[in-house]
Amino acid sequence: MGRKLLLEKAHVEGIRFFDAYRREGGYAAVEKALKMTPADIVEEVKKSGLRGRGGAGFPAGMKWSFIAKPEGVPRYLVCNADESEPGTFKDRYLMEFIPHLLIEGLIVSSFALGSNTTFIYIRGEYAWIVDILEQAIAEAHQQGFLGKNILGTGFDLDIHVQRGAGAYICGEETALIESLEGKRGNPRIKPPFPAIKGLWGCPTVVNNVETLAAVVPIMNLGGEEYAKIGVGRSTGTKLISACGNINKPGVYEIDMTISVEEFIYSDEYCGGIANGKKLKACIPGGSSVPILPANLLLKTAKGETRYMNYESLSDGGFATGSMMGSGGFIVLDEDQCIVKHTLTLARFYRHESCGQCSPCREGTGWMEKILNKIESGKGSISDIDLLWDIQRKIEGNTICPLGDAAAWPVAAAIRHFRDEFEWHVNNPELCLQQNYGLAHYADFREVVA
Amino acid sequence: MSKFSDDKMKEVEAIIARYPEGKQKSALIPLLHLAQQEFGGWLSAETMDYVASILSIEPIEVYEVATFYSMYNLQPVGQYVFEVCHTGPCMLKGSDNIIKYIKDKLNIGVGETTSDGLFTLKTVECLGACGYAPMMQLGKHYREHLSEEKVDQIIAECRTKN
Ligand SMILES: Cc1cc2nc3c(=O)[nH]c(=O)nc-3n(C[C@H](O)[C@H](O)[C@H](O)COP(=O)(O)O)c2cc1C
Ligand code: SF4
Ligand code: FES
Repeated sequence: MGRKLLLEKAHVEGIRFFDAYRREGGYAAVEKALKMTPADIVEEVKKSGLRGRGGAGFPAGMKWSFIAKPEGVPRYLVCNADESEPGTFKDRYLMEFIPHLLIEGLIVSSFALGSNTTFIYIRGEYAWIVDILEQAIAEAHQQGFLGKNILGTGFDLDIHVQRGAGAYICGEETALIESLEGKRGNPRIKPPFPAIKGLWGCPTVVNNVETLAAVVPIMNLGGEEYAKIGVGRSTGTKLISACGNINKPGVYEIDMTISVEEFIYSDEYCGGIANGKKLKACIPGGSSVPILPANLLLKTAKGETRYMNYESLSDGGFATGSMMGSGGFIVLDEDQCIVKHTLTLARFYRHESCGQCSPCREGTGWMEKILNKIESGKGSISDIDLLWDIQRKIEGNTICPLGDAAAWPVAAAIRHFRDEFEWHVNNPELCLQQNYGLAHYADFREVVA
Repeated sequence: MSKFSDDKMKEVEAIIARYPEGKQKSALIPLLHLAQQEFGGWLSAETMDYVASILSIEPIEVYEVATFYSMYNLQPVGQYVFEVCHTGPCMLKGSDNIIKYIKDKLNIGVGETTSDGLFTLKTVECLGACGYAPMMQLGKHYREHLSEEKVDQIIAECRTKN
């Protein structure tokens, strides 16, 4: 049984409320941190090796140390609770079940960064979670952990919850800032980075919910102790939201030393593939990261066991590996159609493109159209090549990474499952009635470069 | 023309007070949510102009935002809006069948409203409930692990509430 640092207490009776949370040792991290200097807290977070849990995995302590500190200009911390990457529902779980953990993390982090007004930007659809968070904030106020002169230290902090209104792109940090300013969620051109010019032109740090919650165990244990959990540069624990054709979908906190095989088949986690079916493929880190066929998922191209951590999941690069991403773990069984699944993702990205850059705006639309054609048995072999060509022309040619995020799933689907695309083209009638099945993915195959 | 009640106006002022002096435009997205909730479930041009006047910004600044975000309805909708997710993970768990079932049962297409004005069916992209698929949003809450029986129950529930 792996160690749990975030969700250990998530099911203690009444933990959603201050009294139970406090009784279980909550807010000790605030008491400890407010006796330290902000610089020392940043140092602890650096030592912990904590990497951003929003998708990119950038070291949190390093990001914090970049924030500009011009005289007389406010600084802001913004918590990214936009959580809209298909397959990802971990932040929701944390906020719903143990909201005070996030509030506690926000107080420590705001103190470390010198933010006196901190925002939680939450996706608009999570409307009921806004109430849960506001209740927790009100309780923390009442208990003297928020507001003026917290614990007599002279530190003032208010936390506000801001709802989005339905736009995946607002999870991208500069689009999020635009949205928080009351505008369309159009990503900004970087530089300047938010750490220099963010919300209302002021230095701003944007971090994911899970990242900021992890600051609590880092404070309690100390950075060095935290860094001993996990493996290599994958320190601490990670929340994984598992979905698709598995027996036990849900949110799991894992120690990043377990293998992918254990995660899928052990009863402690996903509990195996549903209905006694076989594993066909998996997108291990949210819809944007490359899909892997079963063989490459469980073992790397070198034949080594693949583990649930940053390094191992990306072993082999995009040719034979994938990414940890946001921890959205999507499992496909033998009955699932790769073309259709990829089509839903292409449609998603077309729907979510903000439209600023033509490669992304036009390219996502073309990809959806072509995939639709192939899926409905009207495609040709040259369509598959065209699809490959379009995704290549989007990648790297856009203002924000949504373009790449739209290109990668299509690229990986063709890279690993080209025969299934061709089967659709060659069997226009049959493909409407049945799926391609599993047979071809049981063994390791040469990878199309 | 409808205006916020005095109570709601207090809520509006509290929202605006979260932001620094002169940055009241940040209240736009929360205010549009409030307006949609208060004024019949959608945003008419009149409603948007009203919100612009509260925030002392140009109406175009409101239209720009209202048209960008998918949660704002720019046309009237039914009293109960079924927003069924159909992205990959939900599709793997049969969201297509659920959508078809609702269409047949209510005799409407996606984007349409029943003639009694009670139900609107929409498809939406991933709502962060992939592990509890298939699912839909209904008002403020999610309805998860949908089955045909569950859809029947939900429809009956809405009808009796009415
Ligand atoms: C299209 C797009 C969507 C994103 N969505 C989210 C999101 O929903 N939540 C999140 O935390 N980060 C998201 N990110 C990453 C953020 O830009 C940012 O890197 C992150 O919030 C930083 O937090 P972290 O360092 O704690 O991970 C997204 C990025 C892109 C390009
Ligand atoms: S890549 Fe797409 S989403 Fe990102 S800024 Fe360009 S058009 Fe907008
Ligand atoms: S795919 Fe439907 S909720 Fe995520």
